[in-house]
Amino acid sequence: MSGGEQQVLDRIERARRRKPVVREELITLAHGSGGKATQTLVEAVFLEAFRNPLLATLDDGATLPLGSARAAFTTDSYVVSPLFFPGGDIGDLAVNGTVNDLAMCGARPRYLSAGFILEEGFPVADLRRVVASMAAAATAAGVEIVTGDTKVVQRGRADGCYITTTGVGVIERPGTLSASAARPGDAVLVSGPIGAHGAAIMLARGDFGIEAPITSDTAPLHDVVAGLLDALPGQVRTLRDATRGGVATVLNEVAVASGVSVVLEEAAIPVRTEVTGVCELLGLDPLYVACEGRFVAVVDGAHAQSALDALRAHPLGAEAAIIGAVAAEPEALVLLRTAIGGTRVVEILVGDPLPRIC
Amino acid sequence: MCLGIPGELIGPAEEHEDLAVVEVSGVRRRINIGLLEGQDLKPGDWVLVHVGFALSKISEAEAQAVLEYLEGLGQPYEDEIDALRASDIS
Amino acid sequence: MRFVDEYRDAGRARALAAGIAARCRPGRRYAFMEVCGGHTHTIYKHGLEDHLPEEVSLVHGPGCPVCVIPMGRVDDAIHIASQPDVIMTSFGDLLRVPGGTGSFLDAKAAGADIRMVYSPLDALKIAKQNPDRRVVFMAIGFETTAPSTAMTVLRAAAEGVRNFSVFCNHVMIIPAIKAILDSPDLRLDGFIGPGHVSAVIGCEPYAFIARDYGKPLVVAGFEPLDILASVHMLLGQLAEDRCEVENQYARVVPWHGNPVAMEAIGRVMRLRPHFEWRGLGFIAHSALAMAEEYAAFDAERVFDLPGVRVADPRSCQCGEVLKGVLKPWECKVFGTACTPETPIGTCMVSSEGACAAYYNFGRFTRDRRPAVIPLGEVSRA
Ligand code: SF4
Repeated sequence: MSGGEQQVLDRIERARRRKPVVREELITLAHGSGGKATQTLVEAVFLEAFRNPLLATLDDGATLPLGSARAAFTTDSYVVSPLFFPGGDIGDLAVNGTVNDLAMCGARPRYLSAGFILEEGFPVADLRRVVASMAAAATAAGVEIVTGDTKVVQRGRADGCYITTTGVGVIERPGTLSASAARPGDAVLVSGPIGAHGAAIMLARGDFGIEAPITSDTAPLHDVVAGLLDALPGQVRTLRDATRGGVATVLNEVAVASGVSVVLEEAAIPVRTEVTGVCELLGLDPLYVACEGRFVAVVDGAHAQSALDALRAHPLGAEAAIIGAVAAEPEALVLLRTAIGGTRVVEILVGDPLPRIC
Repeated sequence: MCLGIPGELIGPAEEHEDLAVVEVSGVRRRINIGLLEGQDLKPGDWVLVHVGFALSKISEAEAQAVLEYLEGLGQPYEDEIDALRASDIS
Repeated sequence: MRFVDEYRDAGRARALAAGIAARCRPGRRYAFMEVCGGHTHTIYKHGLEDHLPEEVSLVHGPGCPVCVIPMGRVDDAIHIASQPDVIMTSFGDLLRVPGGTGSFLDAKAAGADIRMVYSPLDALKIAKQNPDRRVVFMAIGFETTAPSTAMTVLRAAAEGVRNFSVFCNHVMIIPAIKAILDSPDLRLDGFIGPGHVSAVIGCEPYAFIARDYGKPLVVAGFEPLDILASVHMLLGQLAEDRCEVENQYARVVPWHGNPVAMEAIGRVMRLRPHFEWRGLGFIAHSALAMAEEYAAFDAERVFDLPGVRVADPRSCQCGEVLKGVLKPWECKVFGTACTPETPIGTCMVSSEGACAAYYNFGRFTRDRRPAVIPLGEVSRA
């Protein structure tokens, strides 16, 4: 490699490490996509203003020391459209999503709050339906919704119903799970076929005239996670649920936070046929499509098989798979060994995953 | 440019003579087949779909020919591997 | 998936790779341009360069219809989209592409009604559902996509839809290839021809490339094995001193193309005297506009357009990168003024552009990969 080229590469590296800045004057949808723009927004605006050690890890939730006990604390807002979709509704999502964020901290979810922003004119029958789903999901996840809030805004100022849930859970096992804990030699697993939630929502919106029997994968993951943690005490490094931005984005966060490379095996990544079909038609990559009931686990490589067995022992992990491994180099990158035998970089999502024709 | 996906023709769609239903991996969509006017299309045929239009009817014979070209290449390679294995007597 | 999976087989790929290596003359370098952005996508998505010997390099051509749209046209489209009674419809690809004053996504954030569609027919449907709004379809793409736009306009005319128009930015592949061939410092040994464009225009229009410019061209499909097979065929031509147009993608591309599609284009559109390509400048007869007879469906006539030309910055060297003369990092503004967040040239706009790809992955190119990637043991459990 020539000296000139090295200089240019170094310049890029320096630019990459510079503090992120939000260039846009207005918030665009890309800021909510979970990809690069979201990260920039979070780091440049929120982290900048609120900076503290608990927030700085940017994990799915914060781990709070409370005397001798430890609690996990997390919050999430739900704005899905349509509100009802095959496999669930905004109510299931609002409970499961927050339960899952707690589970990813290694906690047993206990209490939830629920905040509702309702649009003037929203049918009470729909609200009842949503709330009934929330109640059922809470019972299934063993959590109680113990406090809440309701606001109504003028017609046109919101899209039907938005829900924010905040959750508290107890961390009963020693050790901390973190995106920065992955080490070379670790194995990477996924708890089941990916991309079903995102694909189901896209179809439910009806914009693309596509019909397929795809239902959302929304589910509470605390139980299957508990099984994994019990089977591998101290050997689980990182758990992340692959929501917005999909598996690719989550693993990029792990690679960057841990300063390692994650190497995936394309043929090993489970994707349902119909989800593949939707992705092919719309020019999307399932690695970037959201899941609401799947998580990625990084575990000690020596215990990969027991981790897989533990996941598969639970109905929600029945189709779990080992999808890759962690390596030291090249730092902070996710690589994919393609089915055809090549290698490529899996970049972090830039903007929303948009259907493409090209 | 120009993402194109092979889909199987399932049958005509009711609304319009130019519309048909195709299936890709268990996923169905209505597409316009106006650009294949004059070609004899029947359920079970495969077409290339681009932005909601069938652009071309896929030729099974030609698809087979490409695979044979590839198989033809594969043979010497397999032989080579075998030779390599045979010579590895360490 | 049928007609897909069989062309993604690792064993066959290894066999082809061996065949390709065997056809390279030692010490000789081969540079082939894949004209089409779809091929570039396949090459990146499947990591195909790993199957190519060092002697063979692929040069990514100008065939991404999104990236070549000049900034001024994006600004015009945003101007249309910002009219209060307008619904602008666009393929997802274009939403992020920056003009001089921002992208569709920015315009949407500022209040414009911009909707993503999968097909121009979806845009027509939106027009029928919103009779009191003017619905504009942002038409982009090569000859592959132009017939779909044309058919949609014909349908709109037949059904008497009056609130629908097309902002026509369709471009043509042959003049772009010719512009590249005419550059004095061209360093290419052959072309991987665009498969889906050829499904429309056929293989004959490429004849001059072999005849007048002495470069072989193989029309190729979009699966990984298609591209490897095309490289193999190109090397075969060079080894045998042949120079022809060959069709690797005959399962989809008939030699004479799709006459119905060509006729639809001919009825609804006409050639522009010239059109600007981002990075390549003005190219004569390289794009399509709506024909006089369909003026009522022509957004350029329905709306008053500022039509301001936003010049590519003088420092932009995309032309050289596209022709394979310069490596991305050799461009003067690469990585400083021109980055994926603030693209100046076409090669930086989409993540598959040569410059964007190099910016993102330059530290992980073929010759800089770590020797051993510890794969297999754990992951094959
Ligand atoms: S760095 Fe930017 S301006 Fe220079 S060649 Fe690449 S895309 Fe064009």
